[in-house]
Amino acid sequence: MSAARRSLLGMTDLVVRAEGLRKRYGKTQALDGVDLAMRRGTVLGVLGPNGAGKTTAVRVLATLLRPDAGYAEVAGIDVLKHPQRVRRRIGLTGQYASVDEDLTGTQNLVLIGQLLDLTTRDAKKRAAELLEWFDLSEAAGRPAKTYSGGMRRRLDLAASLVGRPEVIFLDEPTTGLDPAKREDMWGVVRSQITQGSSVLLTTQYLEEADALADEIVVINKGRVIAHDTPDGLKRRVGGLTLRVRPADPARVSDALRVLDLVASPGNTASTDTAAGARPGAVSVPVVDDTALDIVVPALRQAGIEVNDLGLHLPSLDEVFHALTEDAPLEAELV
Amino acid sequence: MTTLTIDPTTTSDLDIDRPRGGAFAAQVRHSVALARRSLIKTIRTPEALIDVTLQPVIFLLLFTYIFGGALSGGDRHSYLQYLLPGLLAQSLAMGGIALGQNLNADIEKGVFDRFRSLPVARSAPLVGAVAADVVRYLTVCVVMLGFGTIMGFRVETGFLPAVAAVALAIGFGLSFCWISVWVGMLVRTSGAVQGVMFLLIFPLSFGSPVFVQSNTLPGWLQAFVHVNPITPLVNTIRGLLVGGPVAGPLWQTLAWMAGLLVVFVPLALRAYARRA
Ligand SMILES: Nc1ncnc2c1ncn2[C@@H]1O[C@H](COP(=O)(O)OP(=O)(O)O)[C@@H](O)[C@H]1O
Ligand SMILES: [Mg+2]
Repeated sequence: MSAARRSLLGMTDLVVRAEGLRKRYGKTQALDGVDLAMRRGTVLGVLGPNGAGKTTAVRVLATLLRPDAGYAEVAGIDVLKHPQRVRRRIGLTGQYASVDEDLTGTQNLVLIGQLLDLTTRDAKKRAAELLEWFDLSEAAGRPAKTYSGGMRRRLDLAASLVGRPEVIFLDEPTTGLDPAKREDMWGVVRSQITQGSSVLLTTQYLEEADALADEIVVINKGRVIAHDTPDGLKRRVGGLTLRVRPADPARVSDALRVLDLVASPGNTASTDTAAGARPGAVSVPVVDDTALDIVVPALRQAGIEVNDLGLHLPSLDEVFHALTEDAPLEAELV
Repeated sequence: MTTLTIDPTTTSDLDIDRPRGGAFAAQVRHSVALARRSLIKTIRTPEALIDVTLQPVIFLLLFTYIFGGALSGGDRHSYLQYLLPGLLAQSLAMGGIALGQNLNADIEKGVFDRFRSLPVARSAPLVGAVAADVVRYLTVCVVMLGFGTIMGFRVETGFLPAVAAVALAIGFGLSFCWISVWVGMLVRTSGAVQGVMFLLIFPLSFGSPVFVQSNTLPGWLQAFVHVNPITPLVNTIRGLLVGGPVAGPLWQTLAWMAGLLVVFVPLALRAYARRA
C-alpha cells in the first residue's frame, strides 16, 4: 500500500484491533476476553487499577507474550502470525524502565537504532536528535545508572521512538513522575500524534486519560467494562466537580448559592457526599475550569473564607462505582 | 506538464519487512551490536572479572603451595607443570557461570523486553552475549599463563602448540557456557544459576585428571573420569603445553564441544523463547 493511499484510509482504519484476548497465570485470569480498537492517528487510553491486566494486554500487542486465546492485529498485521513484521512498526516503553544502566544515553539509543537496521551513522544521528529533544544532551555521555528517575523515563521513552514507529505503546508512562514532569510527558505524547503516530497508553488516572486520549477503555479484572470518548465517559461517571470548604461552617448555605452560579446545565450545588470529601465541603458539577474565574471573585465578594478549593475528576474508585451501576456497560461508538 | 510520481517500491510494506542486506547478514550485524553491548558492560564493571583473574590465580597458588608438595612427593615445580593445564580447563568451565547470571539478571530487569520488541532474530541477544564472553575466556588464559610463568611454569612444546591450546580452551569455553545460558533461562534468580552450575562443575573438575592422575582413584571414580568431558580437554591442553599424546583426546574434545552445542544451544533458545 502506498503512503498516499494509506493516509486516505487513515481517517477511518483501525491501527490496533484485538478480540477476545485471554491469558491466565496460574489461578489469575489476567485477561478475560479483552476487545480493543484504536483508530489510526489517535490516542487510546487504557484505564484501570493495579492488576487490571493493562500490562498483560500491552505485552500481547507488543509481541512479547502469546495469549491463551484471542486475535490481535497491529498496523493491519496479525500479531501472532507475523510478530517480526509487527516489531518493525511499533515502539514500546514498558512499565519499568528497561534502559541499560551500564550504557550511556547515546549507546542505549544507538544500539536500538542498529537493531532496527539503521546504519551506524544514521543511528548516531537519530540518537543525538532524540537526546536533544528529551533534554538529555548534556547527560548523553554518562552511563544511565547516574541518571535520575525522570531522566531514565525520558531515555526509555526516547528508546521507543528511535524507529519512528507507526504505533507506540506506553505502559503507565507517568506513574511516579511529579506533576511538572507529567505534563512534559503529555506534551511528548501529543507531539507523536502530530507526527503521524498512534499511541496506546495505560494509566491509573482519569485525569491523564481525559487530557490525552481520544477514546478511553476502562478495564478491570481482565475485562473491558467501558469503551467511550472522554466526554461520553464523564457523562456517565460524573465530570468535573468544583469543591469548596468554607472555613466557617455557618457559611455553607452562602457558599452553595455562589456555586450555583457555575453549575453545569441541569445540576445544582450540594453538600459534598463523595467518598473522600471532608465534612463541611460543598460541591457542584461544572463544565470546565472557567468556573474558577467566576467562583473565586464571587466568594471573595461575599466574604466567604475557604480552606480548600479545587477542581476534581472522579477517582478511579468513583469511575468503577458509577460504571458498575450504569447499564448498558458498553457505549456505542460510531 | 510535469507529473509527480511516487515510486511505489520505496514505500511498500514489503520493503520495510526486509532486513538490510538479507536475513543472515542482519543476524550477524545484530549479534555483533549486542556483543558490543556486553563488552561495554564488561569494561564498565571490571570487578566482574574477578572470576577470570583473581580466582584462577588463587586456585593456582592454593593447589601448588598447599597440596603440591604432598601430591608430588615434594616436587612443586613438576606439580605446577601438571596442574596448570588442568586448572585452565576448570577455569574456563567456571568462566561461563557469570554469563548465565548476567542474562538472568537482564531478563529479570526487563532489559530484554526491549530487544524482544525489536525486529531481531530471537537468538541474537544470546549469541551476542556468548560472543562477547570470548574476552573473558581470553583473559583467563592470559592471566593463568602469565602468572604461571612467574611461578615457574614453562611451556615445554613450542609457541604454536601453546596458541592451539589457548584457542581450544576458548572454544571449549564458548561451547560449555551454553549450559550456563540454558540454566540462566530456567531458574528464577541469578544466585540460583551459580548454585546449579557449581553443582555441575565441581564433580566434573574434581572427578577428572585436573588435580591428580586418575590411576590413583578408585575404580568407580575412574569410570566417571572416563566419560567426563573435562578429561579429554585437560589431556589435550596438557599435551599441547607440556607434551604428551594430543590427537586422540583432541578428537574427543571436539566431539564433546559439538555435542554441547547441538544439545544446549537449542535448549537455551527454547527456554529463552518461553520465558516471557
Ligand atoms: N508473569 C506473571 N505471573 C503471574 N501472574 C502475573 C504475571 N503477570 C501478571 N500477573 C497477574 O495478572 C494480573 C494482571 O497483571 P497486569 O497485567 O500486570 O496488571 P496491570 O498492568 O493492570 O497492573 C495481576 O493479578 C498480576 O498479578
Ligand atoms: Mg502494569
